Amino acid sequence: MRYLPKSPADREAMLKAIGLRSVDELFAPIPAEYRLSRDLKVPRQMAESEIVDYFRQRSRENGEGYTSFLGAGAYAHYRPVIIDSLISRGEFLTAYTPYQAEISQGTLQSIFEFQTMICELTGMEVANASMYDGSTAAAEAVMMAVRLTGRRSVIVARSLHPEYREVLATYATHQGMPLSVAGFGDDGRLKLKELEKSITPETACVLIQSPNFFGTIEDVAAVAEVAHKNGAMLVVSIAEAVSLGIVEPPRQADIIAMEAQSFGVPLGFGGPYCGVIATREKFVRQMPGRLVGQTVDKQGRRGFVLTLATREQHIRREKATSNICTNQALVALMVNIFMNVYGKVGLKELAKQNLAKTAYAAGQFAKSGELLFTASPRFNEFVIETKEDPAAINSRLLDHKIVGGLPLKKFYPELGNAALWCCTELTTRSAIDMAAKLAADDNGPQRPSKEESVEEVVR
Amino acid sequence: MKHEPRKATLHVNQNEGLIFEKSSAGKAAWKLPPLDVPEVDTARLLGASERKDLGNMPEVSEIEIIRHFTRLSTWNYAIDLGMYPLGSCTMKYNPRVNEAVARVEGIANGHPYQPERISQGALQILKTLSECLIDITGMDAITLQPAAGAHGEMTGLLMVRAYHHAQGRPRKKILIPDSAHGTNPATAAMVDYAVENLKSDSRGMVDIAALEAQMNEDVAALMLTNPNTLGVFEQQIHKIADILHAKGGLLYMDGANMNALVGKVRPGDFGVDVMHLNLHKTFSTPHGGGGPGSGPVAIKKKLEPFLPTPVVVTKADGTLGFEYNRPQSVGRVRAFYGNFGMFVRALAYIQANGPDGLRQTTEDAVLNANYIRKGLEGTYDLPYSTPTMHEVVFSDRLQAKKGVRTMDIAKRLIDYGFHPYTTAFPLIVPGALMIEPTESESKEEMDLFVEAMKSIAAEVDEDPQTVLDAPHSTRVSRLDETAAARKPVLRWKPAL
Amino acid sequence: MAYPTDRKYTKQHEWIQANGSTGTVGITGHAQESLGDIVFVELPKVGAELAAGKSFGTVESVKAVSDLYAPASGTVTEVNESLATSPESVNKDAHAAWMMKITLKNPKELDALLSAADYEKYVAEEGGH
Repeated sequence: MRYLPKSPADREAMLKAIGLRSVDELFAPIPAEYRLSRDLKVPRQMAESEIVDYFRQRSRENGEGYTSFLGAGAYAHYRPVIIDSLISRGEFLTAYTPYQAEISQGTLQSIFEFQTMICELTGMEVANASMYDGSTAAAEAVMMAVRLTGRRSVIVARSLHPEYREVLATYATHQGMPLSVAGFGDDGRLKLKELEKSITPETACVLIQSPNFFGTIEDVAAVAEVAHKNGAMLVVSIAEAVSLGIVEPPRQADIIAMEAQSFGVPLGFGGPYCGVIATREKFVRQMPGRLVGQTVDKQGRRGFVLTLATREQHIRREKATSNICTNQALVALMVNIFMNVYGKVGLKELAKQNLAKTAYAAGQFAKSGELLFTASPRFNEFVIETKEDPAAINSRLLDHKIVGGLPLKKFYPELGNAALWCCTELTTRSAIDMAAKLAADDNGPQRPSKEESVEEVVR
Repeated sequence: MKHEPRKATLHVNQNEGLIFEKSSAGKAAWKLPPLDVPEVDTARLLGASERKDLGNMPEVSEIEIIRHFTRLSTWNYAIDLGMYPLGSCTMKYNPRVNEAVARVEGIANGHPYQPERISQGALQILKTLSECLIDITGMDAITLQPAAGAHGEMTGLLMVRAYHHAQGRPRKKILIPDSAHGTNPATAAMVDYAVENLKSDSRGMVDIAALEAQMNEDVAALMLTNPNTLGVFEQQIHKIADILHAKGGLLYMDGANMNALVGKVRPGDFGVDVMHLNLHKTFSTPHGGGGPGSGPVAIKKKLEPFLPTPVVVTKADGTLGFEYNRPQSVGRVRAFYGNFGMFVRALAYIQANGPDGLRQTTEDAVLNANYIRKGLEGTYDLPYSTPTMHEVVFSDRLQAKKGVRTMDIAKRLIDYGFHPYTTAFPLIVPGALMIEPTESESKEEMDLFVEAMKSIAAEVDEDPQTVLDAPHSTRVSRLDETAAARKPVLRWKPAL
Repeated sequence: MAYPTDRKYTKQHEWIQANGSTGTVGITGHAQESLGDIVFVELPKVGAELAAGKSFGTVESVKAVSDLYAPASGTVTEVNESLATSPESVNKDAHAAWMMKITLKNPKELDALLSAADYEKYVAEEGGH
């Protein structure tokens, strides 16, 4: 086996040194009746070339070469090549969690820079070293608000990513955290009236997303006012990090739970991604997840360490802020490098291109359908309602290797034939024109859609 | 110096400041293509929501970014440099073909919401990996969704909870041995179970009498790591399972130490009902400086209705798809389908090994741990003489007499060119040195390790101060963690 | 170590000094020594109702957290705010660095606590095994 660095003679010599005759003796502590006497049913040992072929074949069955208008929490942005060059260095790729600070300064300093840049972009004072993803970060942020306020109930915007809502529901079930949902209006934004009605002295926090699931930018200041007036916290989820280049960050929030996938992380069929929590300094001891802090060594030289570890499970065990035990270090490093490449000016220019492409596309698609939520600003997504079932439109597009917008019926039955479309800097004008033309062309042969089954969302 | 490390030599190390200290206006590492659609008036589109200023975000060129991160990288120790004997972390080789195949276009760029018709490749990977892991664990079904081991624990306990609820007998507590990882009690608390501690016996195994006394119909499950954190296989595992099952409880296995079992023993065969795996330990996906992990949860048939949504199914027409409509499901634990990129790597690892390679891997991992045990026995105190599987736990009892503790020995190991072992865990061994070599170490590397550890033991006798002040060879010496925690500096700020 | 005789001690290593119906609470020199460098002290809110023997806060070193237990029942009237910015004062002089003041619900509860001499004996015995 090519990963194992021992010859038969080495194994013999080692067994001899231990004082054993065969390797079976090493497994003698395991009662014989549990020992497996057959081969595992896994693929036979393959050559590297065969493994590469296998995955190339799977790749060809997985949308290779398609143009896509999908967003909805996972965004196709360009990934500068230096990201993969740098994260492929074994010193980053094959290092453990930086508990031994003296030989982990590379990882530690890079996380400290990551925390700093997340603070700069979100307008918060502290950020952690990353969490699993945006959905679990949002759930953890809500639990943090519950601990901080000593209140238990939570109001969630219906315009929050539906799968984030489901994840929160799972986390909340056994925490005794009653969830209620506040709807959205014709402008695509959270209905403030509804929020005012449902907020009570028991409300720990209000959770919204901005730009929200429809791409609409929420009136964060107005929501914050209602929350704070009632002694509740405001938690804002950001799923499209590139928006921070041109959209004012939710500075009025108490906690921000972010998904940083847009910053140089491959779509990868949904993961691994990079969640982050950012908040005010005064709340840091209730924040879950790893944190890197600056300090000095015995000679007074600057250095970095994991700090405030007493919040974490390996010390506080059942009283920890969370059971989380990893961050997404390597993915956070991708995000870090991306933020450095674009920086102060580039991020703004990048976000502007997203805005321009989306404005153009929304205009083109509005010719054959109705553009919803026009009264509010949006970033790089828009919702189009059509007479025709969007599944039928998508089926037509797919024949031209184009993946259309996400039909919303599955998550929002009340939106009927609406679909959520997304453009990024990678979406070309010709692709937009072609897709808009095909979408408008409902005179072609009608085919029943095959794959877009309409599932009820459980919660 | 009297004791000269053979493995490592000092060499020049580049200094590097924070990236913000290199930034100046007008430098850039980016270039966008010309806009092919009309420019927009951002003020008109966004109104009050328009952002004007990006604060102190850096402005640097590409070569500076390359040098910055390359220099930082050289300050890290890594598996690629040598043995990383962290007990319970399974720091094995991360094969490069895993990285290559994870970057093939359709795999790296697949969108989670693209139609199932054009997602058959990804679905096939999910299905094949699931089948492999089900056979490896001897369980009946699996979810790949959890993002890490602790997340898997949470998912597993949610299923335990849902199971008892469906039985009409919700229970209150989880039994956890005193040798367990901290995530176990933290997870139990997250799903609102009370935690009850279970003692270990003199051999470091579950105290059967104590278990029998503590087991009752309020106990939902026992969370057991097997082999446990002492590297000891629970020989009475079936008895343990029987005691639980007799009172309607479930046996949860923390699969952190699965590297000792793959291809040799299957948890499903010895009575486990639910367990999580760590793909970043047993199945070679990279640790990456602390993540991403991946923590699939394998279960017995009786827990299948409670799997998180969605579940991969084969449809009537033979194609694969996701099933969302599962009324008894515990719900969704993460957006999308889990850390798919890690599934690709784990499957590539299984393919590179095959059944024979996986078995040999386990045998080598256990052989290596026993070789190190033999090499260091006598030099370091072995508190439990029970047979060792994939890792061995010594204590600093002998060295403590000279005032040298496990952390000091660990820091001195750095000067010898090794990463430290796990210190001060498991908690049942005061001053623990927990060593897990994994299968990836050659006899030569382990001989160097044993030599280094013996050399440090000699230094403790002759010149303990050298060990107490270690490390001496790193770019920073021991850092002031107290100052870091008292007045936390968690971000850079420009000088005023 | 010298333990002031003007107060009472608990087996969980807190001290309480009564002055009429007010009790001042802190941790002992022995406790701070075994904790090591203290980096954070978490105290209750003024007005909180405490029950004797129940946790009222925590004290943290870099790698450990310990619960603080109320030596007597009562209502918190004041907490030592300066510990938020200088937790090291507990290390410097634990018997001076008070943590909170409470209005005693039942001053008789103190009778069951240890005297300085008994506490010193208790610590010596506890350290023996």
